[in-house]
Amino acid sequence: MKWKVTVIVRLKEGLNDPEGRVIGNALRNLGYAVENLRVPKYFEFELESEKPEREVEEMCRKLLANPLIHNYEYSIEPVS
Amino acid sequence: MVKFAVIVFPGTNCDFETERAIRRAGAEAERVWYRANLRDFDGIVLPGGFSYADYLRAGAIAARQEIMEEVKEFAREGRPVLGICNGFQILTETGLLPGALRPNRIPRFLCRWVHLRVEDTETPFTTLYEPGEVIRMPIAHAEGNYYVDDPSKVRIVFQYSDEKGNVTEKANPNGSVLNIAAIANEMGNVLGTMPHPERASDRFLGSEDGLRLFRSMVEWARR
Repeated sequence: MKWKVTVIVRLKEGLNDPEGRVIGNALRNLGYAVENLRVPKYFEFELESEKPEREVEEMCRKLLANPLIHNYEYSIEPVS
Repeated sequence: MVKFAVIVFPGTNCDFETERAIRRAGAEAERVWYRANLRDFDGIVLPGGFSYADYLRAGAIAARQEIMEEVKEFAREGRPVLGICNGFQILTETGLLPGALRPNRIPRFLCRWVHLRVEDTETPFTTLYEPGEVIRMPIAHAEGNYYVDDPSKVRIVFQYSDEKGNVTEKANPNGSVLNIAAIANEMGNVLGTMPHPERASDRFLGSEDGLRLFRSMVEWARR
């Protein structure tokens, strides 16, 4: 069975996101009232698997996120 | 003569300088591709550079290559494992050293000389330094901002300081907790350093302070 997977990896709450700060500042300089901009990482891929939940969870823990500094979430949908 | 492996991943670029510094410190050194085996070596150095172009997170992809299982075995046996800059990032990503290296507080690549205070001279890599001594080495990184949940449990080896050895906020180039520049594992045989000792290993480079790190390591491996 084939699945379409999206994963979002975010820096944990309270950890400084320097890239987000710089982009937020740039938007403020353009006149927008932007605050607390963060830059999560977004992954999308197709996965052939009988146990997609388990495999995606593993992928996040093993490589896509660093559990010390990141939280992650994902969605898994069948490829139509 | 003791012999060190300098592991080369796709994107590593400090391997030649590191090899040369180890030789200057009195040991054999060989650059080895990351698919080689490490059986014939007495120690391992993971040099600086940009393994896998720093994609995903610096060091993350190199840390998941098969050769790192051998490096872990080396570390468990108490043999010396040194990670410099990208090598330090790889060591935290494998879990051989605690913590993580985040993007610099000001998100840009930093390349400059820094002062360091030597905090721990009991590791195999620092026996030739004086406790509290101030040394000079260059840094060159975009992700050197060291983070750990509980810094009191970390074996701090070098801290960023001013030229008098004061560990101040101003002397912290990248936002690392407690100005941490280099740490060791509990046993002391695994060291990660963001500053580049190989770039301070000859007078013509501007400092020989880094050479003593390699000399300490070589002396210890000989025993």
